[in-house]
Amino acid sequence: MASLHVNGIVYPVDVPDDAPLLWVIREKLGLTGTKYGCGIAQCGSCTVHIDGKPERSCQITVREVQGKRITTIEGIPDTHPVKKAWIEDDVPQCGYCHPGQIMSAVALLKEKPSPTDADIDAAMSGNLCRCGTYQRIRRAIHRAAQAKTGGKR
Amino acid sequence: MNTVMVINRRRFLKTAALFGGGLILGVALPGGKADSQPAGEKTSFVPNAFLRIGSDDSVTIIINKSEMGQGVYTSLPMLVAEELEADWSTIRIEPAPVHPAYNHAEWGGMQGTGGSTSVKSEWTRLRTAGAAARIMLIRAAADTWKVKPESCRAEQGHVLHPPTRRRISYGALAEKAAKLSPPTTIPLKPDNQLKLLGTSVKRLDTPAKVNGSAVFGIDAGGKDILIALVAHPPVFGGKVKSLSADTARNTQGVKDVVVLDSGVAVVADSFWAAERGRDALEIVWDEGPMAAFETATQRKEYAALAQTPGAVARHEGDAEKALKQAARSIHAEYEVPYLAHATMEPLNCVVELRDDRCDIWVGTQFQTADRDAAARVSGLKPEQVSVHTMFLGCGFGRRANPASDFVVEAVKIAKAVKKPIRMIWTREDDTKAGYYRPMWYDRISAGIDTSGKPVAWRHTIVGQSIMEGTPFAASIRNGVDETSVEGAHDIPYAIPHVHVDLHSPKTGVPVLWWRSVGHSHTAFVVESFLDELAHAAGQDPYAYRLALLKSHPRHRAVLKRAAEQAGWGRPLPKNHFHGIAVHASFGSYVAQVAEVSVKPDGTVRVHKVFCAVDCGKTVNPDTIAAQMEGAIVFGLSATLHGAITFKQGRVEQSNFHDYPVLRMAEMPEVTVSIIKSTEAPGGIGEPGVPPVAPAVCNAVFAATGKRIRRLPIRTEELKRT
Ligand code: FES
Ligand code: FES
Repeated sequence: MASLHVNGIVYPVDVPDDAPLLWVIREKLGLTGTKYGCGIAQCGSCTVHIDGKPERSCQITVREVQGKRITTIEGIPDTHPVKKAWIEDDVPQCGYCHPGQIMSAVALLKEKPSPTDADIDAAMSGNLCRCGTYQRIRRAIHRAAQAKTGGKR
Repeated sequence: MNTVMVINRRRFLKTAALFGGGLILGVALPGGKADSQPAGEKTSFVPNAFLRIGSDDSVTIIINKSEMGQGVYTSLPMLVAEELEADWSTIRIEPAPVHPAYNHAEWGGMQGTGGSTSVKSEWTRLRTAGAAARIMLIRAAADTWKVKPESCRAEQGHVLHPPTRRRISYGALAEKAAKLSPPTTIPLKPDNQLKLLGTSVKRLDTPAKVNGSAVFGIDAGGKDILIALVAHPPVFGGKVKSLSADTARNTQGVKDVVVLDSGVAVVADSFWAAERGRDALEIVWDEGPMAAFETATQRKEYAALAQTPGAVARHEGDAEKALKQAARSIHAEYEVPYLAHATMEPLNCVVELRDDRCDIWVGTQFQTADRDAAARVSGLKPEQVSVHTMFLGCGFGRRANPASDFVVEAVKIAKAVKKPIRMIWTREDDTKAGYYRPMWYDRISAGIDTSGKPVAWRHTIVGQSIMEGTPFAASIRNGVDETSVEGAHDIPYAIPHVHVDLHSPKTGVPVLWWRSVGHSHTAFVVESFLDELAHAAGQDPYAYRLALLKSHPRHRAVLKRAAEQAGWGRPLPKNHFHGIAVHASFGSYVAQVAEVSVKPDGTVRVHKVFCAVDCGKTVNPDTIAAQMEGAIVFGLSATLHGAITFKQGRVEQSNFHDYPVLRMAEMPEVTVSIIKSTEAPGGIGEPGVPPVAPAVCNAVFAATGKRIRRLPIRTEELKRT
């Protein structure tokens, strides 16, 4: 039987090993923070981290993540500067896209602690927001970056 | 800590039932009985359908509007809390069950969210609900202390008696307040005493939306619930002719295959199994009368229809004659396509159907319609159906369908399989299975005099009626569906001769309101064409508008503000150009200036949008700014990208690769300026959308000399290399 290592917990899962990670996380583990938006790597709603890298969970099978560490939105601590910045800037509207947005933003800041607007465009353009919260996402990423780097930019 | 409760309680329905139909606000209701309260909450004071105050100092506000991003789970509690003098940090909110007490204050007979009406329609009712409770709490305290109520006041969830410096919390007064009779007169605060309203308050739903715990419709129903996917006919109106489902049924995880009149459902123990099962269905469709439907043909038919007179929406003076006599006449034809709402959360519905009860968990804007539809399909009485309103991953009007299409489909499946199900439309289903913003074709002419002033305006509109065939069809007067002509028959510009008429052809393509409804197309046509007139007159488009809006101070004020913010007329970076537009809708006024450049390959880049809005009195200014920002993105998606088209009866688009919406890299810098106003509150969810397309296209004209008369903008049209 396959197992999934999610947010520090190992879950045995009785599913075909070509099952898409997104749906296993949602339907079998009950972690519904990770969202479905397109199923074809177009929207980023399903973004999770696999060994620290942002990936579209709708495109990944259970087999491909055996032995890897998966982090979902539920695994990002509430004290994380990105989550705090999101609250500070009241970024979400409907909120549906934001678990994915936050997972992409967290990964971006890990790679680039002080991202430029161009870095943000590049890292975040795979995450759609139909409510149109992009301006606040950008602002919150800059805010989180400042918090993380202690105000130095 | 504020919490947003999204657990839905059947038990609360009982409490609501106590309120009885036709509840008049301010009439106190029996205090909550022990058995009518949610477990774990000590409620002792239920002054009305919108408020519960617990002896533990909890203040629960029941919200009858759906939260789809527009901020009602914060703005509506603010209305109650302002008058209640509640401690904002103790406010909790709970979605209302379906009950007449929660009917829309203006729509009559139904509960729902739409038309940018939430704040304006609840402005008085919710404030009155809060004020009534405050008056009763003060009386309870005065009774306790044996002092005059007038010597007490309320503040931060407490009643104070300043002369004796006594203070008691609402929770401690709840039981006593519950026994009092309601006040007969309930004055509301004068504007100058408002403390909370008009200030930017943080949204109550943000924390849950940031940590992934917010429960949307698609998240309801728990682990391991059966998943249903539906194969819809490839053509609207199609039916199953024959079906071979053996392979589908034998697919691992598939539990059942159900033939519906809307398609074939596959029910399985997981999404992927349902998807594989659905792929394995062998269906022969009877494609019906729409099998040959083509957008190209439809465009020609609409264009021909636009040359003939339609049902008259406005007739003033003699536009025909004035056009002939004008110094100069200008003619143009505009068109916009069908558009999908493309809500970020694809449509879905969770149903648990039993012999005597039906529970539905759904992101809906039309609770009453959905409940009644579920009752019809299940054979139950409406009171046996509970609709649990979940967070909506966008609405844009798609979740307000008089036909309750996705709810009906889900209940039918649950009825057939006799188990709880979660029906999910894939993105492809969501894109193809319709209910679109109608396609529109407009023919418009104007005459200008020798000074350039317009003297005649004639506008013919062609497009499907949204109201036709719905319970709202009675609103169609003399062949005119108001939602088809709004923003066109009521143009604010001073023009003596105006004629606006309408054709409402029937096509078989299901249509629905789409954020800003008729205004989404009329503003594009009217504001682009007005720009054409300004250029024909050799005048500045901003000054030209101002001159024609002398008797419309609110239009003028937003125009001026947007122009000032943008620095209209001042030099811009190389190759950048400004376009301007103004439009009133849903009781609010919005002007926008877009700063645009066009690359030699025809790509349009929108760098900045300056937006000025007058929505009357404000509740939560930061939400207003957010709604403007979001509306601009929504409008830009339609201006630059969106089109639903048909070939051989089939929708040609399927997902975000061929129905693109704006992405981060295309996001302009948006500046929002709110006009201070003492006017009645207007809408805020939709009015930011209409000016976007014309502001951008007018800037494109300034940049290229090319007038965009068909959306979305096609780069081929603007290519210079
Ligand atoms: S659902 Fe995976 S990218 Fe859209
Ligand atoms: S907040 Fe609604 S889609 Fe992003």
